[in-house]
Amino acid sequence: MCLAIPSKILKIKENNIAEVDTLGVKREVSLDLMPEPVKEGDYVLIHVGYAMGKIDEKEALESIEVYKMLAEAAANEEYEIDPEKLVNEDGPLLYKPPREENE
Amino acid sequence: MSKLTLKDLYFKFRDPKAMKALASLIEKEALKLKEPLRVMEICGGHTHTIMKYGLKQILPKNITFIHGPGCPVCVMPKERIDHAIILAKQKDVILATLGDMIRVPGSNGSLAKARAEGADVRALHSAFDVLKIAQENPNKKVVFFAIGFETTTPMTAALMERAFKEGIRNIYYHINHVLVPPPMRAIMDSGEAKINAFIGPSHVSVIIGAKSYEFLTKDYNTPVVVAGFEPVDVMESILMLIRQKNEGRCEVEIQYKRATTWEGNLVAQEMIKKYMEVRDTFRWRGLGDIPKSALKLKEEYSEFDAEKIWKDILPNDPIDDHKLCICGEILKGLKTPLDCKVFGKACTPQNPLGSCMVSDEGACNAYYRYAR
Ligand code: SF4
Repeated sequence: MCLAIPSKILKIKENNIAEVDTLGVKREVSLDLMPEPVKEGDYVLIHVGYAMGKIDEKEALESIEVYKMLAEAAANEEYEIDPEKLVNEDGPLLYKPPREENE
Repeated sequence: MSKLTLKDLYFKFRDPKAMKALASLIEKEALKLKEPLRVMEICGGHTHTIMKYGLKQILPKNITFIHGPGCPVCVMPKERIDHAIILAKQKDVILATLGDMIRVPGSNGSLAKARAEGADVRALHSAFDVLKIAQENPNKKVVFFAIGFETTTPMTAALMERAFKEGIRNIYYHINHVLVPPPMRAIMDSGEAKINAFIGPSHVSVIIGAKSYEFLTKDYNTPVVVAGFEPVDVMESILMLIRQKNEGRCEVEIQYKRATTWEGNLVAQEMIKKYMEVRDTFRWRGLGDIPKSALKLKEEYSEFDAEKIWKDILPNDPIDDHKLCICGEILKGLKTPLDCKVFGKACTPQNPLGSCMVSDEGACNAYYRYAR
């Protein structure tokens, strides 16, 4: 019931309706509950016919990068995984302090 | 950094290699834990993930998951399920509801049974579809039996907004929307489940914001990590909780940063406030009466409130569950489905005795699928 699925906005239509793609399945959803403007190509979470939130691309990519680094570190058994070493230009990746609002 | 793809959003968060790496980090950190971690995943979606990906098996022994009451179908008391069935059987009524509700047993059969007997029951994929049904059936009364936590509540409010805007006045609302924080407080107050950490729900938090769990750190000294629904999300969240314990911190942290903020979705929050208000009390299956734990329509929309319009035929007396069903204890975090004598025997998803076996988010359903 609380599952919202990531989808990509294909087209924005009349009446605040958007056409989205969910891994190959196309459907129409309402944007009435979106807290911020969205455009084609954005990723949103879809729940029972509504887009309920935007997916932050930067945050998603960062998580993916951490997991990739972690997986690589684990694959190389001589290398002890040291979370402190997982850093990028913004600082440590795995244990970041909570994001400042409206950053 | 490369560009994000839709596939990444699914599969990179299920990557077995990342899960393994996180498991080895967790193992090391967990050795330093002063006391075992008893973590409640409040949301049934997380229970599903934990069972489906076997997270219990890859985590160290001093980490125990306690399954929470975050399954909207599971916590509906029988008398309210009966409301849906009674309403569906009224002349000129079409009863519309989301997904699992159709198969949940009330005191005498389910909506599915009522439908087989001739009632007009519609299972919806989108709350939006109610508008179409109402427009196509102007002479009927369409009752929207609304269930769900804060994830789904704004959709009901948005539906009302659209209906009024388009002048559709033959939709009536039976509101069963429940709130997540009050049962968390009730479970901590009772103290029986001995929980010392929480995994916060994913999509409820997208709406209400991580700030809604601050009372758990302040009043109960219990840390919370708001986690995404994918297995890697849950693993990372466990690691974050252990880190908090080992460093002597007690905070609300967000692992699910790609979709959750501290404040949540303000548009959705406003939409809910416009149409609904908090009930004085609501009876939860298993947990009993919890003050201020659910919503109802505001007074000014009484003429669309199915509970008021049909109040003479909708009894509110508590109805006991099947006497062999221990869903109540499971929802309180005191037992697991494997403790139930009829689990997988007299009670299966095809023939459920209790609603915890019906819904994808119910603990019994998840155990039936993944842990038999
Ligand atoms: S297995 Fe069935 S009867 Fe047993 S607790 Fe779960 S839902 Fe109830």
